[in-house]
Amino acid sequence: MTQSRALAAPPRHPSIAGAEASRLDEQSRARRFEQIFTAHLGAAYDFARWLTRDDRNAEDVVQEACMRAFKSLDGFHGDNGRAWLLAIVRNTYYTWFRRNKAEGYSVPFDEDSMAANTSDIADLESSIGSVERILQQRDAKRLVNAALERLPEEFREVVVLRELEDLSYKEIAAIARIPLGTVMSRLARARKMLLQHLQQAQRES
Amino acid sequence: MNCTESRAHLHAYLDQELDLPGVVAIDQHLAGCPACKALVAQQLALRSGIRRHAEYHEEPAALADRIRAKIGAGAGDASPRIPRPAWRWPSLGQWLPAGAAAAAAAVISWTAAIQYAGVSADQIVAEQVIAGHARSVVTSRLVEVASSDQHTVKPWLSSKLDFSPPVPDLAGAGYPLAGGRLDYLDRRPVAALVYRHRQHVINLFVWPDGKSARGRPEALAKNGYNVLRWTDAGMNFWAVSDVNAAELKTFAEAYASAK
Repeated sequence: MTQSRALAAPPRHPSIAGAEASRLDEQSRARRFEQIFTAHLGAAYDFARWLTRDDRNAEDVVQEACMRAFKSLDGFHGDNGRAWLLAIVRNTYYTWFRRNKAEGYSVPFDEDSMAANTSDIADLESSIGSVERILQQRDAKRLVNAALERLPEEFREVVVLRELEDLSYKEIAAIARIPLGTVMSRLARARKMLLQHLQQAQRES
Repeated sequence: MNCTESRAHLHAYLDQELDLPGVVAIDQHLAGCPACKALVAQQLALRSGIRRHAEYHEEPAALADRIRAKIGAGAGDASPRIPRPAWRWPSLGQWLPAGAAAAAAAVISWTAAIQYAGVSADQIVAEQVIAGHARSVVTSRLVEVASSDQHTVKPWLSSKLDFSPPVPDLAGAGYPLAGGRLDYLDRRPVAALVYRHRQHVINLFVWPDGKSARGRPEALAKNGYNVLRWTDAGMNFWAVSDVNAAELKTFAEAYASAK
């Protein structure tokens, strides 16, 4: 395991009895972390990039998140390393990044407005069909990415976790620390907003 | 089930998060409700648009080593450990209505059960193929375009999908075409071709594979259904039916040589 060597801690007190055991312990921790890290760094970065919408900030978030993950590795006993790492990325973004890097960053968010997600179906119905036309346009890629970036982060994150990371409601609920029902209602609302963004972009072009 | 109920669970349905009774109830509603069906089509179009076009940002090449170096340097120090976040799976049933919750308690979500049992992707697809077949036979949603004419079925499917499945006429071989419909499998919209063989129905699910290699047919049987899968010319083919394995193989050979 040459990869894990860089993660192993140097022995601090090689002459003291017991230090050898703790060094081995550190090595096995490092190996365990390396496995999760190697497998899920790509997902962690993509998620951070969609949260921050910026290359450099995404790197900062992932780096800090991985430090945190390594330190809290002993508390992780599950087998879903990806969901665990993504949860730490998200937590790092909302706590560390927003406090230290992006003062005053805020997104207006009205949770109440989600309560009635079936009441305004009429206007959704009126738009059926046009989304298919929009998605067949030549600049569909730009339109889709712009529509996703415009979503408030609480909605953006559930769409990214669902559609790009292919995670289940249960995994998304655990990562975003919201109930399953909220995962569903946020996805419903996010998709509705995406349709509106796409249609708006269509009208403006 | 009415429109309000159906729409309340539409996203769970689209995301394959509903249990089988819930799926069947919505399928039944959709069969008779063009408005809800149009909503489903719109959502499927949106989803495939996102999945096809949304950027998956690759991490910079040097990031992994930078993080390894940082962790290696900091691992031995006495920095306080961050208390681990409360890591708990939320309980199922917080949002299911009472009836569905009871069913869910008995069945648990089968997709989740499969996902966490550590079974292979092929087995998950096989389960979905069988469920899709059973659903199409049990509900009235066997075909959306009912026609024995391949020149009607193929353009209909091509217009709804981002690929064009081969739809040969196999009546001469004893497998008349009954029609086609859209289905959702392996997390993408797929073509479902419906052929008949005597009193039996054969569903053939087709979707692009991305690989051009030709894969040998593999057969499996489960819950009284026979499944045969193969790949050809960059397409996945999954045939499922209650006909016996030999007949399903004959069908597959007829299809492969006629297309």
